[in-house]
Formats: sequence, structure tokens, C-alpha cells
Amino acid sequence: MHALTIAELSRKLRAREFSSEELTRALLARIERHNEPLNAFLTVTEDSALAAARAADKRLAAGDAGPVTGVPIAHKDIFCTDGVRTSCGSRILDNFVAPYDATVVARLKGAGTVMLGKCNMDEFAMGSSNETSYYGPVANPWDRTRVPGGSSGGSAAAVAARLLPAATGTDTGGSIRQPAALTGITGLKPTYGRVSRYGMIAFASSLDQAGVLTRSVEDAALLLETIAGFDPADSTSVDEPVPPYSMLLEQPLAGVKIGLLKEFFDKGLDAANAACVRAALDVCRKLGAQLREVSLPNLPLSVPTYYVVAPAECSSNLSRFDGVRFGYRCKDPKDLTDLYKRSRGEGFGAEVKRRIMTGTYVLSAGYYDAYYLKAQKVRALINDDFRRAFRDVDVLIGPTTPTPAFAIGAKVDDPITMYLNDIYTIGANLAGLPALSVPCGFVGGLPVGLQIIGPHFSEARILNVGHLYQRETDWHRRVPPGYE
Amino acid sequence: MSTLTRKEVEAIAHLARLAITEAEMPVYVKSLSSILTFVEQLNAADTGAVEPMAHPLAGQVQRLRPDVVTEVDRHEKYQENAPQVEGALYLVPKVIE
Repeated sequence: MHALTIAELSRKLRAREFSSEELTRALLARIERHNEPLNAFLTVTEDSALAAARAADKRLAAGDAGPVTGVPIAHKDIFCTDGVRTSCGSRILDNFVAPYDATVVARLKGAGTVMLGKCNMDEFAMGSSNETSYYGPVANPWDRTRVPGGSSGGSAAAVAARLLPAATGTDTGGSIRQPAALTGITGLKPTYGRVSRYGMIAFASSLDQAGVLTRSVEDAALLLETIAGFDPADSTSVDEPVPPYSMLLEQPLAGVKIGLLKEFFDKGLDAANAACVRAALDVCRKLGAQLREVSLPNLPLSVPTYYVVAPAECSSNLSRFDGVRFGYRCKDPKDLTDLYKRSRGEGFGAEVKRRIMTGTYVLSAGYYDAYYLKAQKVRALINDDFRRAFRDVDVLIGPTTPTPAFAIGAKVDDPITMYLNDIYTIGANLAGLPALSVPCGFVGGLPVGLQIIGPHFSEARILNVGHLYQRETDWHRRVPPGYE
Repeated sequence: MSTLTRKEVEAIAHLARLAITEAEMPVYVKSLSSILTFVEQLNAADTGAVEPMAHPLAGQVQRLRPDVVTEVDRHEKYQENAPQVEGALYLVPKVIE
């Protein structure tokens, strides 16, 4: 059962080949057996999972089930879950029990999915390796001495290790696509505003978007049509109709124009990774797509732009963690300033403090124009590059990451080296574009990801390209040794 | 090449209300300096007449809703997460002597 995709599980649940309760028990046992060395789950919600599974079985029996009813999932621990600890991977929220459900959580619950627990992550989603979590690093199931990527590293490792078919994630600079690429699974970051962020703990509000990590593009489509759509509780939610993504996957690629992102094939790209991506482009060509090279000259400035904009927004968003109304409070504060400073100093980890201070500096009087305003202008240039490119092509394709998964500990002492992991993923966040990562090969036994980026609200098209690619290839069906 | 002094980092930490330990301080002086140097690449871009971009979707406007009460009083539930409360109040160290 653990090897099946959501689409396959859905058919078998409806055919009553097994019940959601049997499936849930089997996966809970698998989590019990495999989680410790992976550290993918921070919380396992066994009792509520079994209750939800029994409720789903009633819906299945009554003929009142949707396509994801009875399907087990997990949430990145950044999504508020009513009555369940929501830590965001941080000491400052170690004792925080969310008093309500995020909209993503509520919609998946309403559709009848079964939440098995909450997944580990980089603290406040700030990291590219899942090493900044207060609860320790997550291991990559393909090689447990290596990182799974981040920040949705627990979600990625759990899905890759076949502990469950799918998990939610969030993507501010690549935090869904990069871990999906490094663990050999499918990761979708929708358009900015496509999925509600209500109840999703904020990092950088002009960049954050919720999405999913799955084992097939078809599953990503099934989950997206469940979570997408307008939400009055999120002021950045966009009121656009939600297409039936899972019904639009088979459109032929004949005549579809694919742009090969020239700037992504730079000197930082591992040659073996590049070869996998080029082989994937040949598959697209055989499917009838037209390929052409496209240049986005300002794209190489995405990482420095991001490391001004994202810290600036984080320094503002994280000011709410002050030790007063919820979360960690330091011992014996001597006055209110001491309470703020020590609760935050002791509650936040090193990378989060680094980003808050970077943001505080670039927003401070005298430096605002030189850093923050300048970055917002370069962001406009990058956005224009994408807009121009999409006049000529339907989607852009390139690698998701420069290299396969690196060793745990290899980059923790040098923030710039760590930040450059996101060099190919940040552009889509700066421009608010939907982007998908699908497995496209292996280098030294480690998975490589192919990235497909589309114009705003073109999820149906990028999922279509990814799905047809997965029909021609079996990279996404490869299972890490020991997790068969 | 941007180099921050220890004094400047202390000032930033104070503005951000972060207590930084002696052991952490040299690490931040070094890494914040290297981040600022790294982002100086942005100066190479010609942004003379460019409008700064604050929102990724053009043409979105802030939605307004009718000015009616939508929240119910759930302070007891919310205060289950509070470090220190008394009655319906959140307690902090004395601010005014």
C-alpha cells in the first residue's frame, strides 16, 4: 500500500480493496519503523488519524467520497493545526498549540484526507538543507549522510521514503522544489495568491506560497484542485476560478513552445545534472514540443535580490514573536525590553537571527534606498525578463538545483554558499510564478530535478508538461534502497 | 566590500530586540558583513527609471470588507498559549514605576 500514489489509492479505496483505516494503520506502522533515523516527522497524530480514517471509510461506504477521501497526508509544521502543536521548527514555538486550522489544512480535512502528523522543517522555513530546525536535521532517504534539501525537508523525506503519499509544503525561495529535487519526488509551487496562506506562519509575505510534495504530477494536480481557490481570510488570495487540473493533464504537447533557460546552464551547474536536464528536454522534443533557448539577463541577480527582500520582510513578520502572548518566554526578565530581547535571543536559532538582523539593517534609516529599494527595482527587472520570455514561449525549463544532495554539515558555516543552492528556484518566487520540479535522473545514486516554470495561473500547463514527461519516464517511480 | 563593526551589529541587534551572546557576536559580525558584500552585486544593475516592485501580481488592489464584527471572543482558548495571564490579561514585567 505504501508504494501507491494518491490516484492509485483513490481507486482502491473506492473499490473497497482496503479501508482507509487499514491504510492509515499500515502507514503509521511504517512511520514508527522508519522515522527515527530520518527525523522527518515532528509530531505523529495517531488517534486523530484513525478517527479521520474511520470517518472517511463511512463517506466511502455512503458514496459521499471525493478523489482524496481517505488518503493519508501530513503537513509541514508551518501550517496551523487546531489542537496540535505547530512549532515552525523553532524553540520559540515549541509549546505552541494552534487554536485554529490553516485554510489549506481545513480544505484537505474537509475533502476527507487523513492527517498523519506534522513534518520537520528549517526553522521558520529559513534554510535550504533542513539543518536549521530546532529539532535537528532531516536525513535524505537516498543517503542518510546527506541533506534532503529545505525548507520543506521533512515533507520531502517522508514522501520519498514512502511513509505516506503526499505532504504539504511552503515555498519562499525554492523550499518545495529544491527538497523535491534532492529526494526524487514531485514538488509544486503554485502562483502567488493561488492558494490561501491563512494560518500559514509568515516568513516573507511578498514571496511565500503554499504547495504540495507528491510522488507524481497527477497527485499534485489532485491536491492542488483541493487546496486552491479564493479565501477572504487571506488578503493576498486571488479570486480566479480553479480549473479541474487533474482532467487537463493529457493535452498533447505538439506545438507547445518550451524555452530553455540559458542563464540556468551556467558554470555553477554540475555537468552531470546538466546532462540529465538535457536528456529530459529531448523527451519533451519527442513529445512534439518546440524548444528554443531563452535569455533572462537579470536572472543571475535573483539571489542577491532575494537576500535583501526576504530578510526585510522576515524582520517585520517575526516581530510578533515577543514572549508576551504565546511561545517561549525567557526566565526572570528584569524589564520588558529584557523580556523581548532574551525571549527572542534564546527562542530563535542562529540562521533566523541572522536574517532578522540582515532585514533590520537593510530597512534601517540611511540604508533603505541603497538596499531595499534597489532590490525591489532589480526585482522589477527580473519580473520584466520573465514577462518578455513568456511572449515567445509557453513554459520555461531548466534544472531545479545546481547539484544533487550535499552532505549534512557541508555548508552550515557559510551562509552565502548555502544561499546559492536556491539560485535556480528564487526567480519564480520573485515574479510570483508557478513552478514544478519533477525527477529527471540520477547522479551517483542521488536524484536530480527538472524545473518547469510557467506564466501566472498556468498551473494546468506546467502540470500537463510534467505529467506527459512522467508518462515517458520512470525516474519518479524509483524508490530509495531500504524503503521498497 | 561592506564591513560591519561589532558596535554596528550590536546596534542592529538592539533595534531587532535580539539578545546576542558574546560567543555569537563575532560570527554575526563576519556573516552579516559577507551578506552585505554579496548583495552589493545589485549595484551593477541599471535601475534608473525602474519602478520598485512590492507585489508579484500587477493590478492587485487591497480588498475591503464591510465593517462588521466577524470574530467571536475566544480569549480563553488563545490564552492557553500565553506564558503568564491573570484574568483576561497578559502579564509582563512592570513598565511604569
